[in-house]
Amino acid sequence: MDILANLALGFGVALSPFTLTLAVIGCVLGTVIGALPGLGPSNGVAILIPITFTLGLDATSALVLMTSVYYGAMYGGRISSILLNIPGDEPALMTTLDGYPMAKKGRAGDALVLSGVASFVGALLATVGLMFLAPLLSRVAYHFGPAEYFALYLLAFCTLGGLASRNQAKAAIASCIGLGIAMIGLDNTSGMPRLTFGHLHLMDGVDFLVAIVGLFAVAEVFFFIESHGRNTSIGVRLERVTVPVRDIAASGWTMLRASGVGFIAGVLPGAGASLGSFLAYMSEKSIAGERGGFGTGVPRGVAAPEAGNNAAAGGALVPMLTLGVPGSGTTAVLLALLMTLNITPGPTLFTDRPEVVWGLIASLLIANFVLLLLNVPLVRIFVRVLQVPPWVLLPGVMMVSFVGIYSLSGSYFDLLLMVGFGALGYLLRKLDVPTVPIILGILLGNHMEDSLRRAMVLSDGDWTFLFSSPIAIGLWLAAVAGFVAPMFLRPLLRKPNAGSG
Amino acid sequence: MVSDRIFGLVILTVALGYVLSATQIQMSFLSDPVGPRTFPYLIGGVMALCGVTVLVRPDPDPDWPGPRTFGALALTVAALVAYAYLLKPLGFLLPTALAAGFLSYQISPRPVQATVTGVALSVGLFLLFRYALGLGLSAVPKTWLG
Repeated sequence: MDILANLALGFGVALSPFTLTLAVIGCVLGTVIGALPGLGPSNGVAILIPITFTLGLDATSALVLMTSVYYGAMYGGRISSILLNIPGDEPALMTTLDGYPMAKKGRAGDALVLSGVASFVGALLATVGLMFLAPLLSRVAYHFGPAEYFALYLLAFCTLGGLASRNQAKAAIASCIGLGIAMIGLDNTSGMPRLTFGHLHLMDGVDFLVAIVGLFAVAEVFFFIESHGRNTSIGVRLERVTVPVRDIAASGWTMLRASGVGFIAGVLPGAGASLGSFLAYMSEKSIAGERGGFGTGVPRGVAAPEAGNNAAAGGALVPMLTLGVPGSGTTAVLLALLMTLNITPGPTLFTDRPEVVWGLIASLLIANFVLLLLNVPLVRIFVRVLQVPPWVLLPGVMMVSFVGIYSLSGSYFDLLLMVGFGALGYLLRKLDVPTVPIILGILLGNHMEDSLRRAMVLSDGDWTFLFSSPIAIGLWLAAVAGFVAPMFLRPLLRKPNAGSG
Repeated sequence: MVSDRIFGLVILTVALGYVLSATQIQMSFLSDPVGPRTFPYLIGGVMALCGVTVLVRPDPDPDWPGPRTFGALALTVAALVAYAYLLKPLGFLLPTALAAGFLSYQISPRPVQATVTGVALSVGLFLLFRYALGLGLSAVPKTWLG
């Protein structure tokens, strides 16, 4: 009953004409961003955040707009996977395996509709899952003290780092870079300046939005310049778009199972949507067996990863909202949005600001139906988007990044810093150093240090206090496991002969 | 191999420099048991350790672009730095058109197409930001307006 009452509150917020308009705008923008190769949910949301501030939206509206963009980008990512064999974003990678072969067989329209429906099923189930799991988890998290939070932050770095790179040491370096940057500025506890080297600009610390836009959007433009704009002409023809009822019915169970797998993968801190779509595809492939024909363009191979990655996208919101620990790159960017809006995610969010949480959940439900409409009957419009040439798109992205950051502070220093982060992001990604842990470090660094210091105040400097509760010990063990396990699992997790055809 | 050895060395140097700078953090007389230096020390320590790991066990080299592409990238960074400096004194339109045109040229080297893209993006984005989103951008140098 509790949930129904809360949901009623949420719909009260979400159904106002203004919020509804924002949700629709977000869905359209998100689908476009997702469809464009090179612009994914994380950099798409990143460049839009500064603009959201200048619009002066309140917390709920800003959050509704950005999560609609997030969900929309997860839907849109499949379009270029299927038509170009280039994933529109990283989680859509698995969709190329069966989506592109299916399109080459002349069934592009069917593949788009089927994957749109699968996205809808995945995202809808995940939103419902979020509705039930998030309040439950926030009740558990209510008992977390500083020692538990410290272990939890560590867990997030370990699991995110463990999966994001082929090299554990490099992932840890990325986390340290982020944490190190977070230390710059005035110390929260003593008020003393730290590592500012006498620069007045650095007293307030490094704005995480500058780092995010630099590392995600600016670095992406550098990659495009390196490749001189990949070949982005549509490889297959989109003839007609009908609803392949038989295929949808035949992959019903696949969608449900994939949604479950994806949701769980999304909830795990650090794992995110890429793992969700991967696991969903692999488990369906093994269920179907040899005769399933996965990889040759079968409908179930299109449905599974799309249901999986959209379910994971919803699942990733659970730890972000309840614990303040993002489950993926894009939720890290959304966390940045919340923190700039002065909303502290965590268990108290559900009791202190129910209108924000439930308004968000209700608008996610609405956004899903809007997205189904946009991505099935109106999908042709978004296919057009793929024809925007990179020599217009990428300069546009760069200019929007500049104006967005410039409008935040009006200082050239932040712009220089952004370009610096862009160059750094390019070099690091070349060296297989993941950039998401850097963002996470900048976002969580001060919280992590605060919880360590508060724990030490409570225990009067006794370090064993960090391992004094069962929850804390469990989190420490999970952190170690999350960091070590990928070393053994990695050979198993190799991508199955992608890029063929 | 070589890339990672250099990278490991750089990280190690940065980590040591970081720890060294952290020793300069002033303590206030009212401090908690941990103090403002411990966490930076921890970060620097872990970073140095990982730097050594990469130095000792390097990955294979990535595909670095050729010297020409590297030159283009360096030039792009320089252009963006110049853009950052010029955006305020010269107003929005001129620097944006130049920067956007330059980027467009870097991605697809056709001069006319790049010029048109630069001017169109500059004007289009100015109209969008100024009138649709209400940002306070000035189109031309402030001194021109008196």
